[in-house]
Amino acid sequence: MESDRCCCKKSADCGGSSQHVRTLSPEWDASDFLGMIRMRFGFGRMSYGMEPGLYAMGSPTPESPVLATANFKLTVDVLRRELRGRDLWILVLDTSNVNVWCAAGKGLFGTAELTRRIEATRLAEHVTRRRVILPQLGAPGVAAHKVKSQTGFHVVYGPVRAKDIPEFLDNGQNATRQMRRVAFPLRERLELTPIELRQHFFAALILVLALGLTPVIWRGWDQGLWNHGWRGAIAGVACWLAGCLLGPALLPWLPGCAFWVKGAFLGAALAAGLAMAGVVQGLMPALGAVLWLGAGVSFLLMNFTGCATFTSQSGVKLEMKAIPAQIAAGILGLVLWSTDWWL
Amino acid sequence: MRYLKNVVTLQLNEAVCIGCGRCVEVCPHAVFHIHNRRAAIVERDACMECGACARNCPVDAVTVNAGVGCVTGLINRALGRKGDCCCTADSCC
Repeated sequence: MESDRCCCKKSADCGGSSQHVRTLSPEWDASDFLGMIRMRFGFGRMSYGMEPGLYAMGSPTPESPVLATANFKLTVDVLRRELRGRDLWILVLDTSNVNVWCAAGKGLFGTAELTRRIEATRLAEHVTRRRVILPQLGAPGVAAHKVKSQTGFHVVYGPVRAKDIPEFLDNGQNATRQMRRVAFPLRERLELTPIELRQHFFAALILVLALGLTPVIWRGWDQGLWNHGWRGAIAGVACWLAGCLLGPALLPWLPGCAFWVKGAFLGAALAAGLAMAGVVQGLMPALGAVLWLGAGVSFLLMNFTGCATFTSQSGVKLEMKAIPAQIAAGILGLVLWSTDWWL
Repeated sequence: MRYLKNVVTLQLNEAVCIGCGRCVEVCPHAVFHIHNRRAAIVERDACMECGACARNCPVDAVTVNAGVGCVTGLINRALGRKGDCCCTADSCC
């Protein structure tokens, strides 16, 4: 995908030389697809980057537009795929391999890096119009008026999504209201679930092993596993899947505004479902399941606030006051659940 | 989808606003509108405190306690661990 690779290792040296314009092709090869899958599961995310600097797509002229982006490779891959058949310049900023929005929140995709990169690549020598198009989600890190005063480059914020860029360019670089809005559709929510599942995998595994094996202490291997343990193991897996997969998928339809409320409802409903399916038997274990599954799914879904694109930090801080209640409900629920083993 | 009501720290000083419209341009949740050549907050509860408006306001008319609304990050911070978001050495939101 990338030709004329720079001989120098350090990005600063690389971007410092104006003749070093590399090219980007819109084509994806097998390694790009594999990389995307790997990124969706969060393996090696922080090292999936590409060399910052100025790149050419197609055959850009000095009149061609300049688009700035982050050096997270998946970000650049999506961008170049959407810009098939266009002639333009791509200015890849050094964001430590982090995507645009997260990098902007940390200031990595920021005023300082943009001005530095404009100067290091001698962008003004490549184009006639001092104008650079930024992804709108880069705005939390970049002060457009400061970029203008420091480099003379006028910042235009493009659409949120790369797929809208062609229309944005054809429309005289005007973004429609819809292009500026961030939604959180099912597809995007599902794209984030593999990382959630992975992040909480070990906690879930410990829970499954604990609930599956502890009854053996009171009931012996045979009874402990085949009368009691399997129920806990299934409930543990259900808790993990509900908190990391089902909850994010059902997010708009779960009752409440706070994520901990949505999760508590889902967990309680899950406990009821397990009771109806015969996985949970008896009043005490059923009550316990409502409590600990409610608490568990509530906590897991509350963690999804970090992925959600409409949650504010002030709101999340307020939500976190539910943590002591979640811990209490979880402990009480597990005690009630365990009465099945020793009572 | 809507998040919690009446929690965000977003403030607009309309007296200072010059009506340039940058806040309308950068806001991902259409919180602002230009009304009579001045910005106005029309959807306060939709604000996610990303800070794009405040960062891009040339006259500092907008203020907000910007930050990532992320439980994992806030727990990490409370426990004194590294990474102010869910980002660790190997993963980032």
